[in-house]
Amino acid sequence: MSVKLSTRQVGNVSVIDVAGRITLGEGSSALRETLRDMVAKNQTKILLNLADVTYIDSSGIGELVSGYTTVTNTGGSLKLLNLNKRVKDLLQITKLYTVFEVHEDEAAAIRSYA
Amino acid sequence: MALSGRSMRENTRHVPETIERLLDSTLDSVDRAEELASGAAGRAGFDDDDLMRIGMAVREAMVNAVAHGNRYNANKKVRFSLSHSPERFTIVIGDEGEGFDFDSLPDPLAPENLLRTSGRGIFLIRSFMDDVQIRRLDSGGTEVTLVKNVESK
Repeated sequence: MSVKLSTRQVGNVSVIDVAGRITLGEGSSALRETLRDMVAKNQTKILLNLADVTYIDSSGIGELVSGYTTVTNTGGSLKLLNLNKRVKDLLQITKLYTVFEVHEDEAAAIRSYA
Repeated sequence: MALSGRSMRENTRHVPETIERLLDSTLDSVDRAEELASGAAGRAGFDDDDLMRIGMAVREAMVNAVAHGNRYNANKKVRFSLSHSPERFTIVIGDEGEGFDFDSLPDPLAPENLLRTSGRGIFLIRSFMDDVQIRRLDSGGTEVTLVKNVESK
């Protein structure tokens, strides 16, 4: 039921494949730690693939915003890939859809960092 | 089969249901309350989108009760009650915390607040339910009443 995060490198972009639930507790703290580790290693071109995210609560939204701010403040860029309808709806009602750069195609998303 | 799928659904929708629980101030209770509400809402005939909305509103209200109200205090409980009538599906969540002024919450949609990492819970609850009442209990603590109209489906 909780979250599963796996990371892979595509060129100079770090892709995080997120599956499951980003909610208060284990889910949001796992995402926070993964992003923090990447920033510490100077990996600041980050693409969050949310295709298999089934659920995000307000705490999870907070982690996305926190990650976005942290990465942006280090001169990097955190973008989102493959939002399903529920996640997209949630970002729209919270007006965050326009804050994040959102992609639907991974290859195009990777190219956008060039 | 005596009843078609639709008439069975209509039938189950009108069976009144009441659930009362006294829950510990833990994140497990948040999951438990969400499951209880989603299960009852499913039996009440709500569609998948409404199940998600009801489950999420309950989750956010429970997080407020457990984390912000009771502050995970093992000696404090969260009272969860759910009732379902033909007209409305109602969940009441009460904590034993200090309470706070919900009217003074900053607007999470204001441009200056968009990048705040918290403060969206009540906004989401109001977005997902038809009626939301929040009141300070005489005994201390906060009680949130969440209503989804059956007719609004």
